[in-house]
Amino acid sequence: MPLSEILFWFLTALALFSALMVVFSDNPIHSVLWLIMVFFAISGHYILMNAQFLAIVNLIVYAGAIMVLFLFVIMLMNMNTDAEPQKSQWMRIAAAVSGGALLLILVAALKDNAGAVSRTSGEGSIGLIRNLGKVLFTDYVLPFEISSVLFLSAMVGAVVLGKREKNSKPVNH
Amino acid sequence: MQVMPINYYIFLSVALFTIGIVGVLTRRNAIIIFMCIELMLNAVNVLLVAFSKMHHLNAFAADQLTTVGTEAQLFVFFIMVVAAAEVTVGLAIIVMLYRNIHSVDINFLNRLKH
Repeated sequence: MPLSEILFWFLTALALFSALMVVFSDNPIHSVLWLIMVFFAISGHYILMNAQFLAIVNLIVYAGAIMVLFLFVIMLMNMNTDAEPQKSQWMRIAAAVSGGALLLILVAALKDNAGAVSRTSGEGSIGLIRNLGKVLFTDYVLPFEISSVLFLSAMVGAVVLGKREKNSKPVNH
Repeated sequence: MQVMPINYYIFLSVALFTIGIVGVLTRRNAIIIFMCIELMLNAVNVLLVAFSKMHHLNAFAADQLTTVGTEAQLFVFFIMVVAAAEVTVGLAIIVMLYRNIHSVDINFLNRLKH
């Protein structure tokens, strides 16, 4: 078995196990840490596919910035494990059954598709930052600038939402 | 370099997406639900990159200098941009929620029902 195939299966197993642990761990902090593991595994997949720019952006933006934001919010709220009541047993079984049914249908629909002969590999250099940047700043420069406006509005929105209103009644503990 | 069938990536993505959906359905903590949505977004990203490489590999055999498939990877980049903006606003909403009802349990968020 070649090395890249071993790496593929290792990263797949790591991603799936970590994703399951995100859902089933009781402590929210542990969930965040497992989600960071998922992002690392997915970045490994991107590197295997030679999408190096996306791999590093995934690590910096998702694992670096977004997950730190999640950690901040969780620690700000000081949540402990027993604070979260669980859903009833029937709801959990129903959720698992419906999720399993979705998985079953998707796998059944996709298992013998025409694309089965299509392959993917790390060949080619479109994932390198040079080629992506050239396309981003020529053909896609308008969406890029619009996304900066989106960020500005998101920032203003977050500040407005997070600001405590002066005349609102104080929180009663 | 070793080639992998596209089906493996499809099934990986489907499995990650389903785990995200099960998480959204089973958990009551709003932050965990939010994290599961991020998980689903990432499952889609993996699939987009895999299809981009598949598309590129088909064109690569004919022309070594082709840039086919770049758009998909830029699309993933824009998904990450939008996800980052979404997370800031979503977490601000959750913090405001916690300030008002002292919990992030979504079962307390049924006031629209009454």
